[in-house]
Amino acid sequence: MQRRLITFWRIIHTGIVNFMRNVTLAVAAIAVMVVTLTIVLISLITNATFANTISQITDKIDVSVFLQDSDTPAQTQQLISELKHLPNVKSLQYLTKAQALQQYEQQNAGNQQLQVAITETSNPLPATILIKPVNLNQIQDIKTFLTKPAIAALQSDQPSYSGDREVAINKITHATDVLRKIGIVTVVVFALICALIIFNTIQMAIFNRRDEISIQRLLGASTSYIRGPFVVESAIYGILSAVFSVLIVNSAFLASSGALQATSLGLLDINYANQYFDAHFWQFLALQLVLGIVLGAVSATIATRRYLKFKTK
Amino acid sequence: MILLDRVTKTYARDLGPALDRISLHVDPKEFVIVIGQSGAGKTTLLRLLTREERPTSGKIIIGGIDYDKLKDKDIPMLRRKIGVVFQDFKLLPNKNVFENVAYALEIVGVSNREIRHTVPKVLSIVNLKGKEKYMPLQLSGGEQQRVAIARAIVRQPRILIADEPTGNLDPKHAWDVIKVLERINRYGTTVLLTTHNQEIVNKLKRRVVTIRDGKITSDRANAGYNRA
Repeated sequence: MQRRLITFWRIIHTGIVNFMRNVTLAVAAIAVMVVTLTIVLISLITNATFANTISQITDKIDVSVFLQDSDTPAQTQQLISELKHLPNVKSLQYLTKAQALQQYEQQNAGNQQLQVAITETSNPLPATILIKPVNLNQIQDIKTFLTKPAIAALQSDQPSYSGDREVAINKITHATDVLRKIGIVTVVVFALICALIIFNTIQMAIFNRRDEISIQRLLGASTSYIRGPFVVESAIYGILSAVFSVLIVNSAFLASSGALQATSLGLLDINYANQYFDAHFWQFLALQLVLGIVLGAVSATIATRRYLKFKTK
Repeated sequence: MILLDRVTKTYARDLGPALDRISLHVDPKEFVIVIGQSGAGKTTLLRLLTREERPTSGKIIIGGIDYDKLKDKDIPMLRRKIGVVFQDFKLLPNKNVFENVAYALEIVGVSNREIRHTVPKVLSIVNLKGKEKYMPLQLSGGEQQRVAIARAIVRQPRILIADEPTGNLDPKHAWDVIKVLERINRYGTTVLLTTHNQEIVNKLKRRVVTIRDGKITSDRANAGYNRA
């Protein structure tokens, strides 16, 4: 056990020493790894920001079902209960005729003419059920239910589906899907380039130390003892790159909120993105560290494999 | 200690075998000299023993380890039991004498305290006391070879394989190296030495195995080069 600990420490120590010696060689590997990890980070923040924008918009959207004045309270309760059981119904709110009028008055508080028109007649607004769907793209089941003859008979008018907003939402959802896919492809491509450059860096380091490696082999060094320092060296690239990428994104937010005072770039709510990044700072740093270390260590393990094989023939 | 049974090694079919059905048995604590012309197969034999090469056919057993059953992951363990000295020393140029010898202990997880205790003792066996801080290039060929020997014996292997350790040395330094090998043998280590050096073979009067064209042509106790 003690020998293992000593060996483990020696591997780490040698890895650090080798890293210091090869620092110029490491610059390229670290640079490309920083780019990769920064793209990962930006993709994650952008995704969360878009998701937030969509959820804010979709929260404002509902399906309004207008009831007949002649509906009995029992019929209304029955309808509410049935609606609640539909899988795509997130929540619903029942507005009596009086509440509907009150809401209408509040919404049109600035429009004197409309206010007057309303008071001149008896309350023209129907009792209303406001439905919030879980998923706007699958609103069809609610539509089908509401158009059943028995259900349609309880309604005074066609339900309102916030039609134009639904189309807009669909566009946004589609656009974010495309952006997400582009993000994934970019991350994968950069991760591959990154792995190749680390391969190259490690292979050059191995080439420089090939005599040393062959001597280590002949003296009975285990594969992990020879490979370990290379893995540690690459893991250091990962750690540095993770820290740099988080710092870059952090600086970008500082610059955008301070200098540009931008709060929104179209659908990308910079303020929210900034808050989200701040709130998850340590998680992001941890994730980047894990990604960087894994990317570095896996690349180094594969790069050293062919140099550490024993002759089999 | 060392057993080779009808071992053949062929690198390429059209070249013929480098070793052809060689059988050899070396007892514990024996000092065996293997002689032969360049290309006779001496180095191939030693590379088979350190498992740098695999035999094309035949059986090799060293210290109870059957090479047929040896897995790749166990090769480092095997090599830790065998000390090897190379003609070209194979010292690490960026490490000093002490560090070069210590290196053999570091890779097997020996503590720094033990290393500080063991390495000076071994350096005094090979008469290199006081040269701990020297870099390999600051040493003569004979001294470099003695560093290599110190590194090979520091783990107290039961077998020491020396592949033409005097090949690059002048007669005086060559003899220094041989004396160290004899001393190690007296301590109980089995030594397998390959050499071209007639004078050394004649003076040592040890068991001499002659290899020619990949075959053992003679195997005599207390032999000299002339009679080989």
